[in-house]
Amino acid sequence: MAPVDMENLNKVYENGFRAVKDLSLDVADGEFMVLVGPSGCGKTTTLRMVAGLEDITSGDLLIGGKRVNDESPKQRDIAMVFQNYALYPHMTVRENMAFPLKMEKMPKDEINKKVNDASEILGLNDLLNNKPGQLSGGQRQRVAMGRAIVRQPTVFLMDEPLSNLDAKLRVQMRAEVHRIQRHLGVSTIYVTHDQVEAMTMGDRICVIRDGTVQQVDHPQTVYGNPVNIFVAGFIGSPSMNLYDATVGEGAKSLKLGSQEIDLPDTVLMRSPALRSYAGKDVTVGLRPENLPAEAPDKTGPRLVGDVSLVEALGSELQVHFTIDANRVLPEGAVGSDEAAAIGRGEGVAIVSPKTQVKAGEKLTFAVDIDDMQFFDRATGLAIRE
Amino acid sequence: MNGRKRYGWHRFINGTYIATFVIAVLTAAPLYWLIVSSFKTPVAMGASPPQFFPNPVSTANYSQAFVQYDFGIYFRNSIIVAVVATALVLIFGTLAGYALARTPMRGKFTTMVTLLIISLFPSIAVIAPLYLLLRNLGWLNSYQGLIVPYTAFNLPFAIWILRNYMLGIPKEMEEAGRIDGASPLRTLWSIIMPMALPGLFTAGIFCFTACWTEFLMALTINDVNNYKTIPVGIATFGTPLEVPYGTIFAASVVAVVPVGILVLIFRKWVVSGLTSGAVKG
Repeated sequence: MAPVDMENLNKVYENGFRAVKDLSLDVADGEFMVLVGPSGCGKTTTLRMVAGLEDITSGDLLIGGKRVNDESPKQRDIAMVFQNYALYPHMTVRENMAFPLKMEKMPKDEINKKVNDASEILGLNDLLNNKPGQLSGGQRQRVAMGRAIVRQPTVFLMDEPLSNLDAKLRVQMRAEVHRIQRHLGVSTIYVTHDQVEAMTMGDRICVIRDGTVQQVDHPQTVYGNPVNIFVAGFIGSPSMNLYDATVGEGAKSLKLGSQEIDLPDTVLMRSPALRSYAGKDVTVGLRPENLPAEAPDKTGPRLVGDVSLVEALGSELQVHFTIDANRVLPEGAVGSDEAAAIGRGEGVAIVSPKTQVKAGEKLTFAVDIDDMQFFDRATGLAIRE
Repeated sequence: MNGRKRYGWHRFINGTYIATFVIAVLTAAPLYWLIVSSFKTPVAMGASPPQFFPNPVSTANYSQAFVQYDFGIYFRNSIIVAVVATALVLIFGTLAGYALARTPMRGKFTTMVTLLIISLFPSIAVIAPLYLLLRNLGWLNSYQGLIVPYTAFNLPFAIWILRNYMLGIPKEMEEAGRIDGASPLRTLWSIIMPMALPGLFTAGIFCFTACWTEFLMALTINDVNNYKTIPVGIATFGTPLEVPYGTIFAASVVAVVPVGILVLIFRKWVVSGLTSGAVKG
């Protein structure tokens, strides 16, 4: 077990492409750190640099306080779980798990004991003599985990290890991986583009975009207080509703298209910097769950939208609505297909399944103003202090 | 069709089966004739109408091949030359194929094209300079006089096969090996080669067969009885006055056996599928 410190890591490929830019990140001893970001953002490259599979162009990588830039993967004492598992197909499960120990020239008895211990933790006892080809996806995933934990490394690296599993199994394995990591207490760096995985598994998550760190914090903090419009749009599903708006006189109100919402003093107490935006354009963000449906005669901040689609999910309704304000789609945070599907002014609200609403109707949403986010139109940064 | 289901042997009467049957007969007939004739007496050999089954069955041709014509020596020579050359081709081919498939190096494309051109060279074009070279080395009438050129001429094709096979092995397998602490050679030996077995068998069978049947170089380089290989040996059976067809056929049957056995043993290995389960299903 050891902390991992990345200091100004850079990765520039031969063709000049800069995949990782001045990335600094500290992973504490025993911490579960999730690197999350859209595909091509540099998260896997970062992980591979930590693993020693990719050269570090500049910057320092420290594992357990020791600079390991020039050390081989073996010397770094790390274990990695690959996206496609990379099990050796000609070896049995036992041989697969024993292979790294054999490379350490460990005595046979000890190897057997360690393999048995690891297979106990992972419930692989009955499969030890099978070959990977005879296993299901979930079992292969377990063997890949087994090969990693059997060595008792100081750091685990996982590269989207659950992305090849079907949805149900993924949920199970998510809990399983989390449980094993807790049990072993080994520092873990976990790469995913699935934000649900990031939110549920990470002690902290690191949101990366175009090779640079956007925000590192506890999942709930990142969700509730995104530092910029990219993080706001990327984390959360359905994603945050982001609209262009104008702050009114004295920052007492907000104009969203043709609708005006009063801003109570609590907003200014939370984001005093908003005062200087009086009369200026900003981008506002509203989480879908912060727009509960309400009877039209209730007081308090409200927003009226034209319902275009209602999706019933059992425990909730996802109501797609349109208002006459401009919807903002942060570049990179929303896929181009998704962006094309979102019409101008379209947003999503999560309302109680008891709400009576149909497509084509108007619906009034109560606005949970305390959770509203404000972003500078030009820089995309959150407006707070 | 008329929608009626055919039963019994009638169901075999359709275009596919007839075409398959014709092709099978055309392919197997010469082999059948070779085997049948090797068991005929000289008289039965020239009988009219021809005998489709030998009567009487005689093994005299076989004993004659081994006793009168030193076929055993030729057989031994062929085995030595073909086995050693194939082993060398597989060793060098694996190393070169792996390097060309995986390591970052300049001039990969040029190397591959050069290899292809070399493998297409007709041996008649190089036989004269090769003869002079081997004579200067004192390698005429020796095993190495055949083994080294055979290795050289079969290597390009083997490298191509093995490189292409190794390109198909997921890169993560090697990376997993590196993470697990295996050296590059150990990774090649313990992880890549077992996964490339079908490629190795394909290249090996191809190379063995090529060495086993090669005639021109074998005839030019080794003309002493003690170093002749099977094709040259069989070709020099008989005298200017007599061609012992029966003996030639018998020797040819024996010569086909090793290649036949090799193909039968490794047929199932050559079928791919070894990599299943390595990565996501």
